[in-house]
Amino acid sequence: MSQNTLFDKIWDLHKVSSLPGGSDQIFIGLHLIHEVTSPQAFGALKDKSLKVKFPNRTVATVDHIVPTDNQSRPFKDNLAEQMIDTLERNCIEHKIRFFNIGSGNQGIVHVVAPELGLTQPGMTIACGDSHTSTHGAFGSIAFGIGTSQVRDVLASQTIAMNKLKVRQIWCENNLSNGVYAKDLVLHIINRLGVKAGVGFAYEFAGPAISALSMEERMTICNMSIEGGARCGYVNPDEKTFEYIKEKLCAPQNKNWEKAIKWWRSLKSNENSIYDDVITLDASKVEPTVTWGITPSQSVGINQEIPLLEDLHPNDQFIAEEAYEYMGFKPGQSIKDTPIDVCFIGSCTNGRISDLRVAAEVLKNNKVSINVKAFVVPGSEKVAKEAKKEGLDKIFIDAGFQWREPGCSMCLAMNSDKLIGNQISASSSNRNFKGRQGSPSGRTLLMSPAMVATAAINGKVSDVREFINK
Amino acid sequence: MKSELTAPIGEISQIKGKCISLIGDDIDTDRIIPARFLKCVTFDALGNSVFEDDRKTLNGKHPFDSEVNKGASILIVNSNFGCGSSREHAPQALMRWGIKAIIGESFAEIFYSNCIAIGIPCFTLPKESIKDIQKYNDNENFFLEIDLKNCCAKSKDLNFNLEIRESSRKMFLSGEWDATSTLLKNETLIENKFNELPYLKFNSHLL
Repeated sequence: MSQNTLFDKIWDLHKVSSLPGGSDQIFIGLHLIHEVTSPQAFGALKDKSLKVKFPNRTVATVDHIVPTDNQSRPFKDNLAEQMIDTLERNCIEHKIRFFNIGSGNQGIVHVVAPELGLTQPGMTIACGDSHTSTHGAFGSIAFGIGTSQVRDVLASQTIAMNKLKVRQIWCENNLSNGVYAKDLVLHIINRLGVKAGVGFAYEFAGPAISALSMEERMTICNMSIEGGARCGYVNPDEKTFEYIKEKLCAPQNKNWEKAIKWWRSLKSNENSIYDDVITLDASKVEPTVTWGITPSQSVGINQEIPLLEDLHPNDQFIAEEAYEYMGFKPGQSIKDTPIDVCFIGSCTNGRISDLRVAAEVLKNNKVSINVKAFVVPGSEKVAKEAKKEGLDKIFIDAGFQWREPGCSMCLAMNSDKLIGNQISASSSNRNFKGRQGSPSGRTLLMSPAMVATAAINGKVSDVREFINK
Repeated sequence: MKSELTAPIGEISQIKGKCISLIGDDIDTDRIIPARFLKCVTFDALGNSVFEDDRKTLNGKHPFDSEVNKGASILIVNSNFGCGSSREHAPQALMRWGIKAIIGESFAEIFYSNCIAIGIPCFTLPKESIKDIQKYNDNENFFLEIDLKNCCAKSKDLNFNLEIRESSRKMFLSGEWDATSTLLKNETLIENKFNELPYLKFNSHLL
């Protein structure tokens, strides 16, 4: 059993009681809600005649269903309108802060909370969304919950949960040029598989992780869940504090001094005990692309799609399903696969640094005539900053559509969808069957720089050939 | 259409029913209930849409469409079932189709806790035992009687020792698996915790 890791410390700090059978009652320091997984939870509160216990510890925004082309109200889609309307009413009734469209602070919940300074080290953070693990980048313990648990947090600010084991993933050396956080996390998931993380929290550590910016760390922690880990985190450091400083909701003045003093005390001890430790060499990671229907089915850009016999017997069943669905042959090269749609955005890679990297690739280039390309900033703040830097113009000049913030084609709950068996190059997090809105649509996950490169060439390409020209 | 099938109430110690086998690893919650069906403010109508895209693709040949599986209530799955999105809509849709318990090689974390929260016990069995049931179930109706007290299941000629998280088993047997009331019993402890957390003090501007 792990001891003295950051996870142990935060868990112990938030433990309210031990429940029968070995689970713990855990206090949730920050609760984030959105329109998709909260309405039934508010409905359940009403049925039970319960109130929201600490309304100030819940913050709302709207992201999953928002259209990215025309955001004027009422939305064209009646169901989407009903959902945003329900969230608005619930927030008013229960006095919950709501960052609505046009507030300047709306966006994907996992982009918004960090950029507002709501996400802070040492907290427990829960949200009815599996990518809540993103917030672990700040040294918080953050995890996705279902709607019944959203109800529990609203009613009691606590949830019942079994303590997780802790696996440290130690990343030696540094990523090489043209290789990004997305490549590293896809590589980790490929090595460990999609279910190795079940029952674990992942602690990402080592020189390669320390060298990452906060936004890159968010990309890594965001995809912990794709490796089965409900929670992923990085020990906080001076970069973390610098990122939070002077954000809208960050502690100010004397409170800032108190905060930073406490935050500096928060990390896994040198002699922490982990349930498991994995070491890998980040300098060996290549630009990575998924070829299948789970995020672990990926290869380096210069590798071939694996042969069935080269895979572990446990991975063969899903591989056969993937070859068939994707229409790819074992042994085929992933490079040069033709692309129909390019999508840059999502809670994984829709932040300002992601847009900057993609724009750098796109500058003075044109999107291939066969490709539909669009970029969806992660939040209104990201969009504003991108416009200030002229990135929107670079994207538009290259032939990308510039859209309004939201989750968009990561999960296709709005009108941004693949059609038929189109193939997308996507900076999002899931390549599941049908994930991007068409039951036969195909998704290749990659870094935003690789999506931009694919957009220009109309096919999967190595970004290093572009930036090293 | 509102389904008749809603969450059970109180103690769950025994589940008897016909099995339905769904073969495949890593079946994610997007497949169980595609995202477009998440546009709803209640779970009531989800039962008909469970596995919608997979069923359409198989054109009537999906286990959830097969005549022999009508009325089945125990779902038999392989490994990492329910991975991906945290959407509770997935177990809600299964429940509203008629599923009362799931037996599999392994489950994704959030899916598991969502099932427990709405009264669907999830049990694990070794790969070989799952294969045995799925093979059997391929040809004919397979009925199981699950005993939560002794963590076992028996059919006409097979017996299995099931595994389930002890905290979940205790909750179902005590009938206190509806977490909200259990959590709210500790109201004073919750308030004490609220008052002692260091960061809530220096975030007082948000309180």
